[in-house]
Amino acid sequence: MPELLEGVRYGVLASEVSSQVVLFVTAEEYFEAATAARNDGFDCLIDLTAVDYLSYPGARARPASVDCQRFEVVVQLINHRTRERLGLRVQVPADEPVAPSLFDLWPGSENLEREVFDMFGIEFAGHPDMSRVLMPEDWVGHPLRKDYSVGEIPVQFSPQSEPR
Amino acid sequence: MSAERVMRRGGDSAVLRLSEAEANRIGADAADPDDDERVMLNMGPAHPSTHGVLRLMLELEGETVLRSKPVVGYLHTGMEKQGENLTYLQGCTNVTRMDYASPLFSELAFSLTTEKLLGVEVPERATWIRMLMCELNRISSHLLFLATNGIDLGAVSMMIYGWREREEVLRFFEKVTGLRMNHNYIRVGGVAADLPDGWRDDLRELLDLIGPRLDEYDVLMTGQPIWRERLQGVGAINADEALALSATGPLLRSTGYAWDLRRDDPYLAYDEVDFDVIVGTYGDCYDRYAIRLNEIRESMKIVEQVIEKMPGGDYRLQDKKITPPPRARIDESMEALIHHFKIFTEGFKVPRGEAYCAVESPRGELGVYIVSDGTGTPYRMRVRPPSFINIQTLPHLMSGGLIADGVAIISSVDPVLGEVDR
Repeated sequence: MPELLEGVRYGVLASEVSSQVVLFVTAEEYFEAATAARNDGFDCLIDLTAVDYLSYPGARARPASVDCQRFEVVVQLINHRTRERLGLRVQVPADEPVAPSLFDLWPGSENLEREVFDMFGIEFAGHPDMSRVLMPEDWVGHPLRKDYSVGEIPVQFSPQSEPR
Repeated sequence: MSAERVMRRGGDSAVLRLSEAEANRIGADAADPDDDERVMLNMGPAHPSTHGVLRLMLELEGETVLRSKPVVGYLHTGMEKQGENLTYLQGCTNVTRMDYASPLFSELAFSLTTEKLLGVEVPERATWIRMLMCELNRISSHLLFLATNGIDLGAVSMMIYGWREREEVLRFFEKVTGLRMNHNYIRVGGVAADLPDGWRDDLRELLDLIGPRLDEYDVLMTGQPIWRERLQGVGAINADEALALSATGPLLRSTGYAWDLRRDDPYLAYDEVDFDVIVGTYGDCYDRYAIRLNEIRESMKIVEQVIEKMPGGDYRLQDKKITPPPRARIDESMEALIHHFKIFTEGFKVPRGEAYCAVESPRGELGVYIVSDGTGTPYRMRVRPPSFINIQTLPHLMSGGLIADGVAIISSVDPVLGEVDR
């Protein structure tokens, strides 16, 4: 397990993951930490995605104080002036998969959050249009969840006629 | 400058936030007085100017676009999900099919991320071959843009010219990789094969051919009053808005914002070659056209330098745990046969961890984020798709313009739908 350098930044736990500073936040701390980062010069949201850790074997390489949840929203920010990148990792529990939307900070998060909703079923509170983006609107299930296996769509057999 | 325009939520936003079901109900209710002049129009998914299967829901007043919504997903095949079931060796064949106009960049980002997780460094020659192939791919991708941008605006001869020159670049690709597209050439640990004999001559011939042809395009298009009239001032966006919408690549640079990962976050050996970052001024369709045209010239400059500076050595890592042994070794060594078998059946194991690497693709920042659980397949493989994110700007660029300009705008954003939908 890699050595984690820990500290505090924007009022939350900061640590280093694969040579990048990453903030570990809960869904409650998320929006405030993101606002602080934006006011500090992180002017662009580069990426927003999620990981479902349902079947991840063993313990995750996370600082001890982080309360690991099933879903982790992964955010990449960039400060163009200092050319610095910052990661955010939001722990989202499985029983209440809701996190605040970053639309009011970076409107570029709109489609990315829709994609995470589509693929993982994580809702973003305050999003202007929380709908599916890649899958059909009436699709049931969230394909990138680990319990949504590739061969899950049942094969339609013709019904058995009469019991013999 | 401000990004206020793109932050709006309600009815005055340029983005039409309307579901399929709601759109179907419009006009269905006879009691609903439909006395305004607004018309809902569906454009695509099978429309020649939408570059594949992009569909737009447009709200029009006369010929003016008020609000619009890009509807995507028609090519969605779950490639990120597939990535979780393919080994790292197969992973490149998967990602190369995303952005089919510039497949080598996805392969590169995937390989760089995996190598970061493995903690290995590829030989210098492999790095330079990767850089050479990527710049040639940038040329072919931008030539394709010039061709499609031309036909979208009625410059039919430009389509033929762009396609003709692109074919010359693809011919070189075929010679090196065996395929014109979806090469699976850049792999973890290096590249699949060394450059063929006489590659320098082939490339010099290619550069000598394309250089004067670009000057012809200048005569045909750049200085043309009709061309300029059609593009200048159309689909303008400022730097703050582009940054707020997470736009990258030529779309961001057209606003005058000089940001290019090759210069600002150098990967491969871009800090050892000399090139300029091309920026625009007005952020309109004309700037985006001019940027791509001139980026071809910059890429040619890089290719020329690579021809001069190409180092010797191995074209891939000789680590039997990551790259297959040379074919000749298999006949004489039992270990080589075992390694070959192991790599092609169960692949190699990647240490636990996570990594993100980004490259400057012709469309913007293309990044790959991999979470590894220590097995031979990624636990999660995410591709940051530049086209998917760039098409968010479409409603803002099109709002208030004519529907005919919409075609120019879609073309100037240059989305590749294979990568939008993945």
